[in-house]
Amino acid sequence: MFNAAIMAAEEGANPLIPNGWEILVTLAGFAVLMFIVIKFVMPAFEKTFAERTEAIEGGIAKAEAAQAEANAAREEYKQQLVDARAEANRIREEARAEGAQILASLKEKAAAESARITEQAHVQIEAERQAAVVSLRAEVGTLATELASRIVGESLADDARSARVVDRFLADLDNQSAGAAK
Amino acid sequence: MIALALPAETTDEGFVAPTIEDTHYPDILPWGGEYGVWFEGGFGKQMLLVIFSVILIASFFMAASRRRQMVPGKLQFLGESAYGFVRNSIGKDIIGGRDYLKYVPWLFAAFFFILVNNIFGAIPLLQIPTFSHPGSAYAIAAIFYILWIAIGVKKHGLRYFKLAVVPSGVPWYIMPLLIPIEIISNFLVRPVTHSLRLFATMLAGHLIITLAGSAIEYMALSGSILLQGTGVLVLGGAVAMYMLEALIMVLQAYVFTLLAAIYIEGALHADAH
Repeated sequence: MFNAAIMAAEEGANPLIPNGWEILVTLAGFAVLMFIVIKFVMPAFEKTFAERTEAIEGGIAKAEAAQAEANAAREEYKQQLVDARAEANRIREEARAEGAQILASLKEKAAAESARITEQAHVQIEAERQAAVVSLRAEVGTLATELASRIVGESLADDARSARVVDRFLADLDNQSAGAAK
Repeated sequence: MIALALPAETTDEGFVAPTIEDTHYPDILPWGGEYGVWFEGGFGKQMLLVIFSVILIASFFMAASRRRQMVPGKLQFLGESAYGFVRNSIGKDIIGGRDYLKYVPWLFAAFFFILVNNIFGAIPLLQIPTFSHPGSAYAIAAIFYILWIAIGVKKHGLRYFKLAVVPSGVPWYIMPLLIPIEIISNFLVRPVTHSLRLFATMLAGHLIITLAGSAIEYMALSGSILLQGTGVLVLGGAVAMYMLEALIMVLQAYVFTLLAAIYIEGALHADAH
């Protein structure tokens, strides 16, 4: 066993002893790889990453802006809706008040009108009554005077005659009123 | 190594277990000539695979990142997920701060370099994790060793070495004990463990698969029905080990990168530790 180890070492098979060419090839290979990575691969990937990040962040910002806009629009609509509702309520209130006012004023006007008509009727009736009284009084006076003169013109002693005079008078009166009616 | 050499010595005509030498294939392009002890042999399969991995990773990520689209296609999504994984769950989470992006290319390149090279070990025909050869593991760990020391010095100046080895909030009389420990653990042991962890797991996994493979071959060709029957069991075990090894390949790439990120973070915030 010991011999074998020594023999192996003498043969140059010690696994820890490197081959210089292999070292050189590895160093050169790694150097070439580093050059390509630094020069081409990494900048390309980093640029893609940066662009992608930017695109995503830009998209997010855009979406946020759109969201904010939508929120603002919704708030505005809500506000408008509230305003419109308030406006409608106000108008309804106003209409109701106006209606009540109109009703009241109409009632008042009707009452006044009826009062006026009643008043007018009273006045007219009074006036007619007055006129009737006046004309009646005048007529009664005339009739009385006429009757009196006729009575005075005839003999008042004769009852029959007097009765005839009264009858005639009344008949005349009737004729008169009949003629007046005609 | 010693244990593996054992059966080969005791049984001469029986099963000859593969050794570490068998994980080094003959050179594809032997250019002969030895330049010192370390530079022996020519251009081998392992080096070819390292170069292949670079081409593979570079072309995949170039293709995935070329068409930059807001909504990624399949290829781009795959590339972005892979890049984003290293960038976010290693770079951002460990290093953090505002300037972690500066170090992401190091972590990213290291992670996929190691991952692909490890996975080679699980692909038939390629079938060798390149980091099972120590040279590659030393090289990649050395890169990060130099990197995090350089980051520390750049950030804190030479005061960095003091910050790195003198722990804060410790009574003065423990200092003589702690400072050498800190020096050894931070500047000597750390790069060694960083590289050996990767190298050893890859080599061990590869050896187990090789061992199982050659054992199955030996048993199948032995002509003995008993051995052939046992070979089926070994095959089942080998498949399980293969799966485990595939898991470790991915895990070690992650662990290496994670540790690299932790070292970089430690160098950046040496004054806070």
